[in-house]
Amino acid sequence: MKAKSSMDKGIACLLAVGMVLTLMWVSPQVVSAADSYKIGAVFSVTGRASFLGDPEKKTVVMLQEKVNEQGGINGHPVEVVIYDDEGDSTKCALAVRKLITRDKVCAIIGPSLSGLSLAVLPEAQKHKVPMVSCAASYKIVTKDPETGEQWKWVFKTPQSDSMAVESIYTHMKRHGLSKIAIMSVTSGFGASGRSELLRLAPEYGMDIVADEKYGPKDTDMTAQLTKIKGKSPEAIVNWSIGPTQVVVVRNWKELGMTGVTFYQSHGFGSRKNIELAAGAAEGVYCPLGACNIPDVLPADHPQKEVTTAYKKAYMAKYGEPVSSFGGHAWDAFSLVVNALEKVGCDKEKIRDHLEGTTGFVGQHGVFNFSPKDHNGLDKDAFQMVVVKDGDWALAD
Amino acid sequence: MEITLFGQIIQYAVTGITIGSIYAMVAIGFNTIYNVTEAINFAQGEFVMLGGLLMVFFRVGLQIPTVLSIPLTVLVVTVVGMLLNQLAIKPIRQPSVLSIVIATIGASFFIRGIAMMIWGKTPFDLPPFSGRNPIPFLGAVIQPQGLWVMGCLVVVVIVLTIFFDRTIMGKALRACAVNPNASSLVGINVRFMVLISFALSAAIGALGGIVITPISLMEYDRGAMLAVKGFSACVLGGIGNFPGAVTGGLLIGLIESFGAGLISSGYKDVFALLVLLAVLFVRPNGLFGNIEISKIKKF
Repeated sequence: MKAKSSMDKGIACLLAVGMVLTLMWVSPQVVSAADSYKIGAVFSVTGRASFLGDPEKKTVVMLQEKVNEQGGINGHPVEVVIYDDEGDSTKCALAVRKLITRDKVCAIIGPSLSGLSLAVLPEAQKHKVPMVSCAASYKIVTKDPETGEQWKWVFKTPQSDSMAVESIYTHMKRHGLSKIAIMSVTSGFGASGRSELLRLAPEYGMDIVADEKYGPKDTDMTAQLTKIKGKSPEAIVNWSIGPTQVVVVRNWKELGMTGVTFYQSHGFGSRKNIELAAGAAEGVYCPLGACNIPDVLPADHPQKEVTTAYKKAYMAKYGEPVSSFGGHAWDAFSLVVNALEKVGCDKEKIRDHLEGTTGFVGQHGVFNFSPKDHNGLDKDAFQMVVVKDGDWALAD
Repeated sequence: MEITLFGQIIQYAVTGITIGSIYAMVAIGFNTIYNVTEAINFAQGEFVMLGGLLMVFFRVGLQIPTVLSIPLTVLVVTVVGMLLNQLAIKPIRQPSVLSIVIATIGASFFIRGIAMMIWGKTPFDLPPFSGRNPIPFLGAVIQPQGLWVMGCLVVVVIVLTIFFDRTIMGKALRACAVNPNASSLVGINVRFMVLISFALSAAIGALGGIVITPISLMEYDRGAMLAVKGFSACVLGGIGNFPGAVTGGLLIGLIESFGAGLISSGYKDVFALLVLLAVLFVRPNGLFGNIEISKIKKF
């Protein structure tokens, strides 16, 4: 049956062409497993800063899975290479070097600590790899504080201390408070906060009548608070992290000073601290990034959606509440993914794209980067909250 | 709310005596072991830390009432102290002061590491024994827990005085302090006395940790700073001298508190050490130390 055989041949040809076309259409996804987008990350997952690095790593892993579940970035699966620097600057430098030279990543997220970020940024600059740090010091992005010149290849997502201070001073000014006392712990965090408090006071018309300090292992601040009590300020700002920020609130209550408005630094932002204060934290104010308080944000708040989604997803995957620090990693990773989506794995283009990103809704604020600002946030990245009935509530 | 200068001074005094009581208890612990072994037990601060954290475990974790948790905690820490002696000190074949000191330093790191693994790095809280309502006093306020701390010191001092003066074991310990060789000649088991001194030290340290935690929380690495301050108190009062330890502890607490309040809070730790140095220049054996005895002792 010659006719049938030629029709069979035709059908066979069509099928063959169809198969080839299908293979050609399908195969880019198979072939592109080789050209996945590699993102590098260095976090202090263990060691003294594990409270920073552990949630950061967990967040990045969670986000990577989500991106790949949705088919990757333009079809390219995302591969994240995470190294643990254990809070040590040597290990951090080695990790960054490995990411750049051996793993050949498109961009680097982290480190978790300011000191380590400052130590490794020359590597990023030298090899021209975009680095988005999850640490807070303004020095990480600012090359020259006088001119405001930023390091070309370095960005950061956490808010700076100065923004927390500005957030507090703005609230104070709005409520007519101007005679204030400040307390700080003698660690790097406390000293940095104190210097910002002193520097910005004249701008907001704040009169600092007392400037007290205490050590990170001190067990009692009643002496400092008693001295402050003698100066009769209208408000107190405390800048510390660790158990001292809880003890000072307890002392404040015990000395009967609840008439003096009390502000904590953003280091207070954890429900555990409210618990440890054993009721003494009622009425205490604190500037917090939005990701700490998604439930309390009004429905029309620009960050309401992303913060609520992050909280739900993180709790579902890890069974623990979100950490403020994980939010910084969320912002960094999402910014890099956003860049990869638009420009692919081209380091120069990623850097340019990051620098030009505006209106990016993140966990800690709405980012607006520019050549003069590689942090992209201002004081509105902090929401002023007050402790009410043992939980956070938006302050007016 | 106003406070007069007089009220401020009373407040500083209250705070100073409260924290000074803890330093005094640590100093007593140092003295107890020093008197029998002539060595300084640098793990003394860790006993306080363990007392606090174990009390949290029993009282908050297992919900055992305070009345039972306290003796339980003291018992466990006493066992830890005895283990420290059995495992770290006793095996040293030719115990010298230096080797014992090094062993205790190593032990303090070890205990701290174990505490970090069990409890992590976060601070823990204890409910206070009798509520949190501050008691107004001469223009200042006293926390009820602060009264418990001072009361604890008083009880420890009274019990120890009776122990050292009126019991055979106490007298045997004092004998070892004066002359271990002569003591063993009259039939006192010196090695057993060493064990008892560690047990006693640990128990006193634990009590300090138990009463201070409701005020200032407790975490795994609080021990080191307490040991340093307690040791300074010891030296200030005259090392090996029991009333000296109490006086030294209270003095250091008061100097810190007044220094922070009246002069500068940033240099709080410096004042106590400055006073210590000044006293040592004038009286090298501390306030109550005895030159004769210190010449006999090696350390």
